[in-house]
Amino acid sequence: MNLKHPFWQGVLVLVLAYVVIKWGIGYLLPMIGVPSAPVPSTVVTQYMLTVLVGVLLYMSAESDRWAAFKAPMVRTMVDPGRRALRGILLVGLPLLVGWVAYQGVKPSFGAPATLRSIHPAPPNSITFRGATMELAGLENPLRHSGDMEAHLAVGNAVYTRNCVPCHGDLLDGQGHFASMLTPVPADFTNTGTIVQLTESYVFWRIAKGGPGLPNEGAPWNSAMPAWETILDENETWSVILFLYERTGSTPRTWEEEGAEGEAH
Amino acid sequence: MRAATGAGLALLVAMPLLAQAAGPDYGEFGIFGLDRRGAVWIAAQLHLLFAAFVLGVPMFAVVIEAIGIFTDNERYDKLAKEFTRLLLVAYSATAIWGAILVFFISTLYPRFWVYLTAIFAPSMWLYAALFFFESFTLYLYYYGWDAWKKGAAKKFHWGLGILLNIWGTIVMFIANGWLTYMMSPPPDVTVDTAPQTVQLWSAINNATWMPINIHRLIANVVFGGAIVGAYAAYRFLTSESDEERAHYDWMGYTGNLIAIGALIVLPFAGYWLGREIYEFSQQMGITMMGGFMSWLWIIQAFLIGVLFLAGNYYLWIGMGRIPGAERFQPYIKWMLLVLVVGVIVWATPNTMIASRDEVAAMGGQQHPFLGVLGVMSAKNTAVNLMILTTFLSFMLYRRANKEPVVSWAKTGTMLQGAAFAIAAVIVVFYGIYGYFVTAIVRIGFSVYQVLAVLATIIFVILIDSAMLRGAKSRGEIQWGKMPARSQYALLILAVTFTWLMGLMGFARSGIRQHWHVYEVIRDTSEQAFTPALGPAATMISICVAIFFGLVGMIFWLGGLAEKSVYEETAK
Repeated sequence: MNLKHPFWQGVLVLVLAYVVIKWGIGYLLPMIGVPSAPVPSTVVTQYMLTVLVGVLLYMSAESDRWAAFKAPMVRTMVDPGRRALRGILLVGLPLLVGWVAYQGVKPSFGAPATLRSIHPAPPNSITFRGATMELAGLENPLRHSGDMEAHLAVGNAVYTRNCVPCHGDLLDGQGHFASMLTPVPADFTNTGTIVQLTESYVFWRIAKGGPGLPNEGAPWNSAMPAWETILDENETWSVILFLYERTGSTPRTWEEEGAEGEAH
Repeated sequence: MRAATGAGLALLVAMPLLAQAAGPDYGEFGIFGLDRRGAVWIAAQLHLLFAAFVLGVPMFAVVIEAIGIFTDNERYDKLAKEFTRLLLVAYSATAIWGAILVFFISTLYPRFWVYLTAIFAPSMWLYAALFFFESFTLYLYYYGWDAWKKGAAKKFHWGLGILLNIWGTIVMFIANGWLTYMMSPPPDVTVDTAPQTVQLWSAINNATWMPINIHRLIANVVFGGAIVGAYAAYRFLTSESDEERAHYDWMGYTGNLIAIGALIVLPFAGYWLGREIYEFSQQMGITMMGGFMSWLWIIQAFLIGVLFLAGNYYLWIGMGRIPGAERFQPYIKWMLLVLVVGVIVWATPNTMIASRDEVAAMGGQQHPFLGVLGVMSAKNTAVNLMILTTFLSFMLYRRANKEPVVSWAKTGTMLQGAAFAIAAVIVVFYGIYGYFVTAIVRIGFSVYQVLAVLATIIFVILIDSAMLRGAKSRGEIQWGKMPARSQYALLILAVTFTWLMGLMGFARSGIRQHWHVYEVIRDTSEQAFTPALGPAATMISICVAIFFGLVGMIFWLGGLAEKSVYEETAK
């Protein structure tokens, strides 16, 4: 194998990319103390496809390099001296494709990969214990009234009493029940959860829970109860204050003229 | 929605009164396995694609004609005329699909049609009149091409081209008023508002009307360039002489340049539209960006990655026919590396599709390490670096066969390099800093990143223009000496643009969910659900395939017409 040859260079890049994506991110990073996890197979496929396109574009961007890149493949297909290799490839490649296809369609016991929007669109208004609340532009009223320490104490108590079993005492979604739930409870320390959201959004989610998720994008899977039957408005706003204070984060704020969002 | 003929439209406008008296809300349809929504969907999508064709290509033609006039280069004039010829057939296709659309809406959604006409009837009459003017201006523009070829007559002819674009733009603005009303009706219009009491101007001038107008206007320039590129590629691949190949090679390059150039400013118009949607309804905004439709943005990111890769690839291959370009070859792999990493970052989903085991291993739907690439800080950084890289590719292409003779050439090049480096540092700095500030501050950072890139583009072009004045040539570009694979890049660009228009159009329209007019007229048909991404993508792909089948025929007709003219001249 001549590594100065474009064909083998291309193969090497693909192998290296696969090793980095499949094992480097999933296993090597945690060994050096960087939080990581194995990359889902859908994302591995997406990344490898991008790298493959990149390799092919580079090889074919210049005519001599493209001819050199194709040469081993062309030789294998026509050279009389490579009859055996050709035979192996002509039998082996279709078998490989068949095997991959079989792996993709064979019945299995695992639940299929799912696509779930973790930030469903909130309604413009909700009813909370019979009263209508406009969510757009709504801010946490406790930030501007009363004693903050007292609010946080109430929030702490509410959280400890009701939320710890699932969301955990470190607010990281690792409560005692967490491992039995799919999807797992939200990790409030993760930058992808409450930091991305306005407090009115969090209020809506706590008040209405899983049963109150919108029809859009159904079916929803969530074990979150609708807390409006247990917590009053003051307790709900207090526990929201507590979530942000304890994780050291700030809620998304409203723009002066309206709201702005980010892709998820 | 662009309508058909004036007579047909007037008749249909009169129908509401009949329909209002009695009759069902919805008509029945069941041909080829399509339901009523599928029928309207295909008709609307194809009408829109042809409408973009007949709006985008005249913009291209009139700009190219102007270049021909002011540089006194007949090659440009020939190119502009060649495209105007294609427009004649494309106009018919637009009108036919517009008529099908209007007939489908009025017969399959009669009550909703009654509602729309009660508000918009005068604008529909104006629309039909303008379409008439537009068509006749096109006929004058095309058939008068050779009659008004010199001096003041040529300027008059060019004026006709401008007029054609003005008619077309107004027609599009009117139709945009109808469809944006369905998305974002004025706040005082409610479920109980009688349509006769809605003010026409307030209905047209709704929250998303102007952002859609601007977004579509720029997108049409992009689309026009891409279609020109595809036509040139088709003709290049079927050319039989070197002269023909040289002509179509040059045409393809010009189309690609205009498409990619306009593409660079398109995201700003899209950003404005997105803001207006959020301001109109937070729910609609989150459905679009964070909820059900968010995966479309990942598909969009991937397809825009394809555009960047294909656009650059075309330039890199093109450097093979420019003497002196060899010296820039070593840089290609690094530019490609930036683009590939950029595409990977840009298309990394925040919420990943994962099996139960994979979700458990990640501790949620977000990956603990790759999750940092799923947010806007990373994506804005990636796309700005990709724009910078694409611009660098273009500058190297432009510089390839030129040798500046001005005394300050070295300093100028160093200044250009410094501008690139500073822009890259600003983009990366704000990208990283974005992780440490609140969302509201972070959104502002994208403006700094974009300004840094735009300022660099302007600065580098200004220096380049001054520096290359009177530059020595290392040899002429050998037009036509392009490998066939370069032309497939142009075809991929056109198909990808078309696909993007369909997919993102679905996002725009789909965020209304189960409403004909958002929160005013509810969809009570059995198709009131929003289709899942798979069926929607299939439907859009079918539309794209039909569109290119018909466009292929138009291209073939274009070649046929030219061949007959050529043969007559030869005789």
